[in-house]
Amino acid sequence: MPNILEVSQLSKTYQSGTKALTVLSDISFSIEPGDKLSIVGSSGSGKTTLLGLCAGLDRASSGSVILNGTKLDSLNEDERARVRNLHVGFVFQNFQLLPTLTALENIMVPMELRGEKGIKDRAMDLLARVGLAERHDHYPTQLSGGEQQRISIARAFSNRPKILFADEPTGNLDEETSVKIESLLFDLNRELGTTLVLVTHDNELAKKTDRVIQLKGGRIISNSLNQALEV
Amino acid sequence: MDSQSKTDWKWLFKMAWRDSRRSKSRLFLFISSIIIGIAALVAINSFSDNLKDDINSQAKELLGADLELGSNDSTFNYGLVDTLAHEVSYENSFASMVFFPKNQESRLVDVRALEGDFPYYGKIETEPANAEATFRDGERKALVDQSVMIQFDVEVGDSIRIGLVNFKIEGSLISSPSQSLGATLVAPAVYIPLKYLDDTELIQKGSRVYYRRFYKFTDPPEGFDIEAQIREDSDTLRIQDISSETIEERKEETGETFDDLADFLNLVAFVALLLGCVGVASAVHIYIKDKIRSVAILRCLGASGKDTFLIYLIQIGAAGFIGSFLGALAGTFIQTILPKVFGEFLPVEVNIALSWPSILGGLLTGIFVSILFALAPLVSVRKASPLITLRGIEADNNALKDKLKWLIYVGILLFVIVFAFIQIGSLGDSVVFTLFIAFSFGFLALVARFSMWLVKRFFPASWSYIWRQSLANLYRPNNQTSVLIASIGLGTALITTLYFIQALLISQVEITTDNDRPNLMVFDIQSHQVEELAELTKSYDLPVLQQVPVVTMRIESINGLTLEDVVSDTTEDNRRRSSPYRREWRVTYRDSLIESEKIVRGEITKPNNIDELPQVSLEDEYAKRNKIEIGDTIVWNVQGVPISTTLGSTREIDWERVQTNFLGLFPSGVLEQAPQFHVLITRVKDVEEGALFQREVVKNYPNVSVIDVGLILNTLDNILSKISFVIRFMALFSILTGLLVLVSSVILSKFQRIKESVLLRTMGASKRQIFSINSLEYFFLGSLASLSGIILSLLASWGLAYFTFNSTFVPDLLPIVLVYISITSITILIGLANSRGIVSKPPLEVLRSEIQ
Repeated sequence: MPNILEVSQLSKTYQSGTKALTVLSDISFSIEPGDKLSIVGSSGSGKTTLLGLCAGLDRASSGSVILNGTKLDSLNEDERARVRNLHVGFVFQNFQLLPTLTALENIMVPMELRGEKGIKDRAMDLLARVGLAERHDHYPTQLSGGEQQRISIARAFSNRPKILFADEPTGNLDEETSVKIESLLFDLNRELGTTLVLVTHDNELAKKTDRVIQLKGGRIISNSLNQALEV
Repeated sequence: MDSQSKTDWKWLFKMAWRDSRRSKSRLFLFISSIIIGIAALVAINSFSDNLKDDINSQAKELLGADLELGSNDSTFNYGLVDTLAHEVSYENSFASMVFFPKNQESRLVDVRALEGDFPYYGKIETEPANAEATFRDGERKALVDQSVMIQFDVEVGDSIRIGLVNFKIEGSLISSPSQSLGATLVAPAVYIPLKYLDDTELIQKGSRVYYRRFYKFTDPPEGFDIEAQIREDSDTLRIQDISSETIEERKEETGETFDDLADFLNLVAFVALLLGCVGVASAVHIYIKDKIRSVAILRCLGASGKDTFLIYLIQIGAAGFIGSFLGALAGTFIQTILPKVFGEFLPVEVNIALSWPSILGGLLTGIFVSILFALAPLVSVRKASPLITLRGIEADNNALKDKLKWLIYVGILLFVIVFAFIQIGSLGDSVVFTLFIAFSFGFLALVARFSMWLVKRFFPASWSYIWRQSLANLYRPNNQTSVLIASIGLGTALITTLYFIQALLISQVEITTDNDRPNLMVFDIQSHQVEELAELTKSYDLPVLQQVPVVTMRIESINGLTLEDVVSDTTEDNRRRSSPYRREWRVTYRDSLIESEKIVRGEITKPNNIDELPQVSLEDEYAKRNKIEIGDTIVWNVQGVPISTTLGSTREIDWERVQTNFLGLFPSGVLEQAPQFHVLITRVKDVEEGALFQREVVKNYPNVSVIDVGLILNTLDNILSKISFVIRFMALFSILTGLLVLVSSVILSKFQRIKESVLLRTMGASKRQIFSINSLEYFFLGSLASLSGIILSLLASWGLAYFTFNSTFVPDLLPIVLVYISITSITILIGLANSRGIVSKPPLEVLRSEIQ
């Protein structure tokens, strides 16, 4: 089975005045469909930058990213947006719900962007799946952090993504809520057969994935199957 | 994937609606800026439309007859009219002093001796209304201009003496066809029956009387076109010095006058709209800044740059439509007030009706400008990076590198030029106007940048926290310095310029009433009366400032060419040269210049011997315009006697001084024996002294007329105050828009500051501290904006004074200080009113409701 994500010799350099700042250097790895991968590392190690590049949110300075068979580097921003809409789901640390849309509308947006019809029922099903069916007409500011993240997860799965990128999904939540969110994420992932790429500080969370990539100073220092980590 | 390559408009509209639900108040703020501008445009355009319709439908009433002919010669004859069945009315008019026995006052008026049923269309408007008919019942009755009756406190039933005859005042004259505002200014009209004119004994040989005839064609032949006939006979009429006016000509003339007025008012409305556009641009700039995170999320979820851009474009277009609709509604209402604002300036009775073209035009203009001015900040949505969702910061899009933005700026410039051109009709002036607006923006942007740099560079690190925090707010990320300085600065500049120019126009009038200037002109003095009148003047302790002879004459030929020769030559150049032949020249004779004159070419000389032709002098501009060169031979017809001269010199004349100035000047020794009258100029200290002197003059010398400059200036002042009321009324639109832009800019900018203020509150800052920080920030912003605006207005006023009004602009300090204080205070007040919610509510509540 072909890999869902292939990253090879990826580098990212930012220009800061006259200085060039390399935040990622020579990163290569691949993921098979259905795998769960976590990217760990200390602050500033380049985790989020790597996630952004893998999901086509940014362009690499060199190297390539192939997502579901599409080489992202050759696409412009709108073409990458189309790839994201068709194959990618996102869960963010800050939830990133559209503040002017209700919970239900937030979930419907990715499906609407695909031009799907009869999406309200599916969105309501997803809302029920995350336990917030009764809050469907609430705006994000009327929901707690945990509730917002559950909506965010429902939205991420709404377009049946092949791969889901989660950036510190429990980073803004308390321990009890974190546990609930984690299990929701893994359960849905399993049920829908989605590939999961997780960026986290949390070693316990990382242990729940099949494979862990550890970054330090923008380089991969380990890429191992479910092993104990030294962060 | 295919579904995405096509634009799903239904979804875009749905998203635009969804997104606007919680931003309605903010969207309303930005549309409010254009409401007033559109209201002004629709009001003025609707009003002009109605006025045009009414001028068309009441065209006959404007002239009162089918044809008006006029000449200085009582025997003039235009053969055509005799071939048509017609009714005719005669009017002999001339300037003369009249005397009111009731209060022993006298005044110069335009006596119109009328015979016949003129006007045939419309009527002479009088109070009481039937006076226009009853004053023609055969008795000695007169209609006296309303303003004169008020001025001299005379009533219907009182008498007025004209020459040797006393007339009963039958009614006050409110308006009549062929009565212009300018003529009324110097000599208001008094109508008397023509049959009593001889009894007044005012008309003698050489009197300056203008003879008018009004014709109504009772049975014109089928297909007869008086316009075409007059055009065909124009040369013949011109040679005979007969002036003519038809209904169509009067209609066009009246229409053109009011087109000019409407164009000016439209420009004022356009300035208000432009100010609103600045409000739109600054509001959308802040709005989009607030929306950028939502845009990034949508991009993350797969929306294309075009789709996200269209979502907000739809919102702004819809808001623009609502704003324009409200503006058009308000404008339609405001046009009902305009006839009252314009009052007596209107030539016809204006009927208020809905003007659909104006309403539609307003709607389209509103939508167009709101989109055009919103586009510049809006296009940045296309480039918003989805990375903002991960990083929480906006990627540094260098706005200046976006070619589309430059295209939009060019589009805005072109729009302003084209719109201004439509209003002004001069491409050069439109470009200057647009460039000044562009320069103003550039200047304000520079002021903002320079102030930010200055504060950063020389930051007062030793000052207290509150001062440091408020100063730092001027340059830190999310600062509102540029936006507020641009919108408030431009608003201040426009409003202050309007004020300065108005003050300049009023001060020009005041200069002419200055204490040392002559203010009373006695003219029509016969040669034998000169000495006596000078004595009389001195006996009243009044100075004889000038005493000059005036001889009336015509030009017979220039370099041998007569009027007939010039008229028969149909080249455009020669046509223009016929004007010197057609005027009645009033010239004087002396061998030196007076203080209002300067020699430009040639010199003033007396003839050395009898064979040498006397050398005359003409005004330089007039000579140039009519292509009369030094050395040209001019033969004058001095009341039947030809006098040959050559052009010896040309002079520049300052016409603004109240004194006798002459286009043509003869040397002494030529005209002394010609029939002539004299003018005497003096200065009276006050109205009473003037009235006393005039009364004595009129009593002893009934043929003599007096122009009281003070009285004219009073009337002029009265008219100017009415005009300035119209200007102020129009300026009100700009002022209101400016205030709205200020309010919306400050309210919208609140969202930029709110998070920070709440954080400070959370960390324990007291209400007083937050209040002080905000007050100081708005004080700095208000001060910078109003001062920059004042500098711009000083520049604009200087330019307008120098180039347009040929005057010197000396600004008053007091209004500058007042503008500075009021604009700065309003900025602080509105700013504080907005942040009141932040300081009075618990931080969490504010965060939950305001931050998204």
